[in-house]
Parts: sequence; C-alpha cells; structure tokens
Amino acid sequence: MSLDSKTVAHIAMLARIKVPEAELPALAKELSGIMTWIEQLNEVDTTGVEPMAGVLHRNLPQREDKVTDGGYADRILLNAPDAAHGFFTVPKVVE
Amino acid sequence: MSEEKNLIEGRTGKWEIILGLEVHAQVISEAKLFSGASTTFGADPNSQVSLVDAAFPGMLPVINKRCVEQAVRTGLGLKAEINLKSVFDRKNYFYADLPAGYQISQYTQPIVGKGTITLDMPDGSKRHVGITRLHLEQDAGKSLHDQHPTKSYIDLNRSGIALMEIVSEPDMRSAEEAAAYLKKLRSILRYLGTCDGNMEEGSMRCDVNVSVRKLGDPLGTRCEIKNVNSIRYVQQAIEYEARRQVEIIEDGGTIRQETRLYDPGKGETRSMRSKEHAHDYRYFPDPDLLPLVLDPNWVSEIKATLPELPDEKRARFVSQYGLSDYDAGVLVGEKETAEYYEAVAKGRDAKLAANWVSSELFGQLNKAGKWITDSPVSAEALGGLIDLIADNTISGRIAKDVFAAMFETGKPAKQIVEEKGLRQVTDTGAIDAAIDDIMAKNADKVAEYRGGKDKLLGFFVGQVMKATGGKANPALLNERLKAKLAG
Amino acid sequence: MSSALPPSELTGLTIAGALDGLAKREFSAVELAQAHLKAMEKHRDLNAYVVETPDKALAMAKASDERRAKGEALGALEGVPLAIKDLFCTDGVQTTAGSHILEGFKPPYESTVTANLWQAGAVMLGKVNMDEFAMGSSNLTSHFGGVTNPWRRKGDNKRLVPGGSSGGSASAVAARMALAATGTDTGGSIRQPAAFTGIVGIKPTYGRCSRWGIVAFASSLDQAGPMARSVKDCAIMLGAMAGHDPKDSTSVDLPVPDYTRALTGDVRGLRVGIPKEYRLDGMSAEIEKLWAQGAEWLKKAGAEIKEISLPHTKYALPTYYIIAPAEASSNLARYDGVRFGLRVPGESLDDMYEKTRAEGFGKEVRRRIMIGTYVLSAGYYDAYYLKAQKLRALIARDFETAFRDVDVILTPSTPSAAFAEGENTDDPVQMYLNDVFTVTVNLAGLPGISVPAGLNAEGLPLGLQLIGRAFDEETLFRVGGVLESSASFTAKPAGY
Repeated sequence: MSLDSKTVAHIAMLARIKVPEAELPALAKELSGIMTWIEQLNEVDTTGVEPMAGVLHRNLPQREDKVTDGGYADRILLNAPDAAHGFFTVPKVVE
Repeated sequence: MSEEKNLIEGRTGKWEIILGLEVHAQVISEAKLFSGASTTFGADPNSQVSLVDAAFPGMLPVINKRCVEQAVRTGLGLKAEINLKSVFDRKNYFYADLPAGYQISQYTQPIVGKGTITLDMPDGSKRHVGITRLHLEQDAGKSLHDQHPTKSYIDLNRSGIALMEIVSEPDMRSAEEAAAYLKKLRSILRYLGTCDGNMEEGSMRCDVNVSVRKLGDPLGTRCEIKNVNSIRYVQQAIEYEARRQVEIIEDGGTIRQETRLYDPGKGETRSMRSKEHAHDYRYFPDPDLLPLVLDPNWVSEIKATLPELPDEKRARFVSQYGLSDYDAGVLVGEKETAEYYEAVAKGRDAKLAANWVSSELFGQLNKAGKWITDSPVSAEALGGLIDLIADNTISGRIAKDVFAAMFETGKPAKQIVEEKGLRQVTDTGAIDAAIDDIMAKNADKVAEYRGGKDKLLGFFVGQVMKATGGKANPALLNERLKAKLAG
Repeated sequence: MSSALPPSELTGLTIAGALDGLAKREFSAVELAQAHLKAMEKHRDLNAYVVETPDKALAMAKASDERRAKGEALGALEGVPLAIKDLFCTDGVQTTAGSHILEGFKPPYESTVTANLWQAGAVMLGKVNMDEFAMGSSNLTSHFGGVTNPWRRKGDNKRLVPGGSSGGSASAVAARMALAATGTDTGGSIRQPAAFTGIVGIKPTYGRCSRWGIVAFASSLDQAGPMARSVKDCAIMLGAMAGHDPKDSTSVDLPVPDYTRALTGDVRGLRVGIPKEYRLDGMSAEIEKLWAQGAEWLKKAGAEIKEISLPHTKYALPTYYIIAPAEASSNLARYDGVRFGLRVPGESLDDMYEKTRAEGFGKEVRRRIMIGTYVLSAGYYDAYYLKAQKLRALIARDFETAFRDVDVILTPSTPSAAFAEGENTDDPVQMYLNDVFTVTVNLAGLPGISVPAGLNAEGLPLGLQLIGRAFDEETLFRVGGVLESSASFTAKPAGY
C-alpha cells in the first residue's frame, strides 16, 4: 500500500500531530515502506480464524460499587500546565 | 406509515419525518464505571476525579459490577436480548473533556440487543418503537466556555460516570411520538431504579436523528441534534429541523449529514463547529479489559427481582380497580404516583380515589410545582378525606375546599372540617328553615316556578346552599326543595 | 559497622550475595547504596540514569538497616539497591518514559510493581533511561539521549548501544551501577538489551506482573520483568515484583511460587524444542553455533532435544507492527498538554494538541502513532488490524501445538550482538528486525528469558532465549540455571 501525502495529512490530523506540508512526501514514503513490509501478512489465508485481541482466557474481574477514590483535586491538578480555579484550561472552544 | 396529521405540508407535496433517538441515561451507582470516584452531582470541580478518570499515565480501568447489573436490569425491563458476552471498545477522538483521548464504550458487541418500547399516545392509541441496542460507556467531563475570554475550563467530575446509551430504531414519525418515547423510557428507567431520568441535571440526555422523505421514498440523509436536555426542546428541535430540511430540499439543495445543536433561545438548530472534523473513531477492543461474560443464572436472578413495570401495572389497574385505560395510564406514569394511588385506593372506592389523585392532587401539585414525593397531603391523609365523603360527613363539593386547605396547611381532613365547622347539614329541620326563608324572600320566583319555569330550581338550590354555607347535604336539599316548591 | 569489602566488590555482588552479606552484617544497606551511588557518579558518561535519587536511596537503605537491627520482618530484597526503568511511575520522582512530552512529570502515585519492590525492602537508586515510550531497540529514541553499552568490541573503542527499550536498565546492571533493574518488554525490550549487555532478563507471562502505574505502550503486550546478573537474582526479584493486583483487570489471580526453588539444576527428561523457523536466512554463524551449543549443554544435562515447527514465525514482526502501534496510538492520545507534561500553546484546542504532540513526541513515536492511527482508520481496519489479530491467533496456536510435544523452547535471543550508533539504525524496518526472536513470545503472552551464553569473535556477549508455557516461569529458571552454569559466563565489560 502506498500512502500519498493527502492520506498522511489526514492521519496526522486524526492523531493530532502537526506535520509541516513540506515533510509530508518524505513521511509518506517512509510509512509506505513500512506498510509494504507489513503487507506480507496477505500471504496467509486467515479464513475462519477467530481474531485474538488478548492472550488471557479469563472473565473480566468486577469490583464492588463503592466510593474508594477521588477527593484529591490538588493531586489531580498538580502537574497541569495551566490550571485555574480548580479547573484544567484549554484554548477556548466554540461549540 | 405516518398519520396524515404528522406530515409536513411542503410546496411540492407532503413530507414524512423519520426519527430515531439515542438516549444517554446515567446509571444510578455510587461509584464510576471504571474507577472508585463518586458520582454525586454538583461537587467542587475535579474533586470527584480519580487518577483513572483523569487518564494519568499507567492508570487502568476496573469495571463496577453494579453498573453491569443496572444495564442488564434495564435490558430486561425493555424486554430486550441480554448478550451473555459483550466487549468494551475504545472510541478514539480528541476533545478537551475526554482525558484519555478515547471513550470506553461498546461497539460491535453491546451488552443488550434488540427490544421494544410501547408508546401511549395522548389520543389513547399505542405505538411500538424498536430498541436497537443498549450499551455501557463512560461519560466525558464538562467544558465551561463562559468563564474566561480566551479559555475553556474543564471539570472532570462527570468523567467516567457510567452511561447506558439506548438507541432506538428510526420508528418514530412525529415530535409527539418522540416525546411519548422519552416519557415512556424515562418512566421505565425510574421504575427499574437504573436512572433517575433527570434531564435538567443531565442524567438523561437525548440525541435526535432527524430526516425527511416524501412518502414511499427511501430514507433521506439525517442530521443528528446533540444533547437536547428537555422533552419540550426535543419536540421544538424536531419541528424546526424537519421544516429546515424540507425547505432545503424543496429549494433544490441537499442535506449534509452533520451534528447540530438546538438553541432553545432562538428555537433553532445550528451546525456544531466543534464537530466539523470528519470523524473516524477507530474503534478497537480495549486491551486493558477482557470480554464481559455474564452468568445466565445471575441474569435470571436479576430478572426475578424486576419490579412491575408501567405497562403491566396499567393493565392491572384496569382489571383490578375497574379504571379506564386512560386513567390507569395517568396513574402509572411514575412509580411513586402509582404507589400513592394504590395506598389511597386500598379499602376505598377505587374510581373515586383515582379521580381525587389524578384531578385534585395532580392539579394542586402542578400549581405548586411539587413532585408527588413532596406532596403535603400524604396518601393516608387523602384517604381520610375520601372516608369523610363516603360516610356523608362532608359533601364532595366541600371536600374540594377541605383538600385545598389540607394542601396548604398539611392538617388532616377531619381537623379542618371540625375547625371550620364544615360538617354537612343533614338535619331536615335546618334545611327546611333555610328553604322557607329563601322562598319567602323570592316569592315572585316561586310563582314563576310554579307557573312552569322549572329551570329556576337551580337558582333555589344555589341560594339555599349559599345560605347554609355550602354544608347542606345536596341530595336532602334537592328532595326538600322540590317538595316545598311543589307546594 | 564498617565494611569488610571495598566498594567495587560491593557493586560486583549478585543480589543473592548481597543478601547474604547483609544478613551476616558484613556491610550495611547504606554502604551498599553508597557504593552504587559512587559508581553511578563515576559512570555518568554512559547516560544510563536520567534521574538519580541519592537522598531517597540513603533514606531507604537506612530504614532497611534499622529494620534489620530491630529484628523486624525482612523482605525478599531487603537493602538491595535497584535501578528503575523510567516507564514505572514513581511517587514524587520524575517519570518521563524517555519522552519530552512528559518532561517534569512527577506522578502523585507509585506503580504496583515498584511499590511491591519497596515493600520487599529494596532501595531505589534512580530512574534509568529508555527508548521513548519503550519504542526502540537501541535506546537511541530517548529524548534524554542514547545510552552507552559498557561493553566494547575487542580493539575498538566505538560506543555501542545497550539495546532497547530497557537500555538504561541493561547498561546500569552490566556496568555495576545497580544490583538489578526493572525492565518492561513489549516485543523484546527486556531480553534484547539483556543479551546485548551480558546479563539475564526475563519477561514473565502476560498477567504475572501488574501493569498499574507503568506508562502504557501496547497494553495487550506490555509486561514488566527483572534484569539482573544471574538467573537466581532474576528469580528472587520476579518473586517480589509479581502478584495479583485488583487495580489491573489483566493481572492474574494466581499464587506466586518461590522461583528460587525452581533452580534445581535438574533438567533430566525435559523436552527442549528447537524451532526450525528460527534458523533465519543469512543468520550469523556465531549465533547458530551458540544456539547449537546451548542445545548440546542441555542434552548433556539429560534433556531431550526435539526439532519443532512454529510455522507462522515469519509473520510475527509485521503482526506486531500493526498491533503494537494500533494500541500505542490510542494509549498515547492522553498526552495532549492539558493535565500533565508539555504544553505548546496554540490558537485553538486542535492547534494546541497538534503543536504539543509534534514537539513532545520524537520521530519514532510519531511514526508509530501514525501507523497505528492508519491501521485502525475507516476502510483499513479489516485489512490490517483484524488481519493482525488473526495472525496473532495463529502464532499463539503454533506455540500451543508445540507445547504439546516439548516443555521449553530454546532460541537465540537476538540475531546479532550489540551494534554501534549509525549501524543498523537508519532503516526503521531493519531496526525492527532486532526483535525477530523475541516478539512472538509477547504476541502469545508467554514467558521468555534471555541468558548470557558466550561472547562473539569481537568479544561481545550473546544470549540464548528460553520460552515457556504460560505461567511456567519456573521451568525457565530451572533450564536457565543449567544454561548459565554450563556456559559459566563470567566475562565482564572491561573497566566495570
């Protein structure tokens, strides 16, 4: 699969990583190289194979409905680059 | 097929509205879906946030069993399939109030499959709306956009609270049906105790998918109106949006599939700027969790503890109390109302009890803006009032005044009747004396009556009743008056 | 109390030796810590540590000495100084995962694994360098610079990489700057650097160690494990790290055995599988020879050697390079400049996100996020992600089948010895091939151990890998112990 600059720009947008216009072609080439290598998987017939998301064949553990956490806004906000009045802040969003 | 009255009359013909609803119902639980932080509403910002909810590095989700149980309970209440194996997926997108950059949700394998809701339309008819699915997911945090000129503030207290997303089939054809759907769904959730249904506090939120088409045409492109927070707004938004779409199409335009917001101030929907990006949620199974496998015995246990739901209760009220289907429907709308009614009706005239609850009590509650659980008149007290009517202590008419006083003061009926001396006059002598007095004062009218103008009977009844302070027993008064007028 | 041993001998001890010396009061935990702090200072040029925590180390060592003096209950690692990979969140101590985007981040919490270690009496020396977000096989992707391998080629002073991603851990342990270190392994990140630096490293079965508080790379593959200078040391340390954690839904509720008791030296009758698909085209003769030697040693010790087939081996790396980036693209979405770490201001929310993430993530991390985003995106999910999940099932099935006939599998750890910066590092795919022998184990969730088994012609260490059944780390320690004593690997990097 060969990725073009437009596809790479779209992926970069989805991933929220700024990629300067000028770097798109080189990045597209690099990613295409990796994807081509990956595509050797197509040699394998996987008809009827159940996809495997994880290796554990166990039931999901469930916890009791009890309040055991929270109540420490100071710890939550401690590392925030720009907190104000107990809130995190971001550039203003217009809905 | 839509009824004629639900079609929109356009310039080019009649248009049908197609509606599907996605309701996000906040699960009633102490702690969040995947963390031990509290779900209480209205706390200080970021005070009910665990490191998991704020997506700190290395934090992991562990599911709350109660939330799973609530989803199963709701599924059973919606007469839906319970999927014994379901999977949690990550829905990936960036937003300020989504700390992990993904929401844990269920995509291809939800916990609950297809079900049905029966709508009770105001005209007494019924409609069936299909439920496509119900799945569990995390709520996002809250963005405040009006606190600062250049910044939005983020509070993560809501982040991670369990939601049930309940998706309907596109089976509704009018704003009225959408409203009936929401009312019924809310009623069922409240009966089940799985969601408090409070739309103002946002514990029940509605996304409306609206499209229009000419009768018989295939489905049109839909727009999704996000996060509408009252049933009235849902109706208004649908009315506006359907007309907007008809106008665009009739003007030769096409509908763009998009997310819109309803502005109740302007009564309009508008495109959401923050949702302009093409979305690609890149769902995949959350590797921090394992498939959720339910024990069928556990599901059966939950089923065995389901309460009687509105439809069943309504049918029982009709058969057990002899109420009309409509009256029964009014009483079962809320679980608390139905319970109140049954307490009043116990050992009394059930129809009389139904009238008192649905007209007098509801009327006063409405006027006072009170909820049944805050009623100043308890079921026991209302029963006491009805008992006084039944044993002829007071007339039905006086009872209404007594009820108003009970509602105002919270005193029992008996006390008000005594204090105000409202006991019914059943003494023939006293009534006769009052009749004689009125007849004497209105000799001309007595003559007219006797001359054949029997319509004047009402005038005499009114005058005598007034003279007795409304306390005369109406049947006795009628009987004595007729006899005396007849001469 | 004054030490009977000079500092250089203190840093040269094994964990087992140190525990013995501490028990006999030959030296104190404080002296042991001081000796290591001195070594750390001396070898700063290796760039193994990103944060040194001398005050913490001395306070913890002092507390350990006091416990011992008072006759209190002692932990399995009482007084043992350790290096902690910078992927483990440590309360109040900067944790960056080797990334600029987390620079300055001080977690207000302690990972379960490190908490278990401190509970066992261990002493923290500092945080060690690593490939950014554990993505790399050379340690060159770290924002804080590469790490130098204390080993040199004979007659060549060129600096070599220690492997990765646990390169700082490997270098610190090999250069005697810690008795042992924590590592994490998603595709080979413990075993490959262990092999490159002549130490032992084990990736336990998925679910053995809690992932809570470890910065996530690829959640379905990540697993923490010990890196130390002997098989026994790894057994002691894993016993302290492992255990059920209710905070991790994928942590398994199984008792943790006393792994040291597995080191019986007895492998008689054990069936050892040699997977023919691991014999790669163009495999170096040295590696091939070492592998055969390993089989020979085990045979001599009474094990039965059997050739086995793991037919989907060649697809493991491309499968991994779909699954790991896919999970990473989602796991790393939380680094957005809002709650912790770097923020680059922007004109809008998206602008802030895009600038922060472009500046905060290094090239390899950006590359993998892009690949992961792509393989999950609409229209490509089935062709890539779903396909990879199916291949993963086939790879796991290969092992299941093999383990019907054998008890353990023997392979080389890496296709080569340590390389220098600039060699082998330009083409990403070439770099990915470093994990060719290790990555299958992560995909199948199995335990794998790398044991140093010899030196190549240039005098660099080479490792052999043993792969076991799920939750059968004991067999790995048992067989690993036999390999270790057969190889009698005593070589040390010159000058350490």
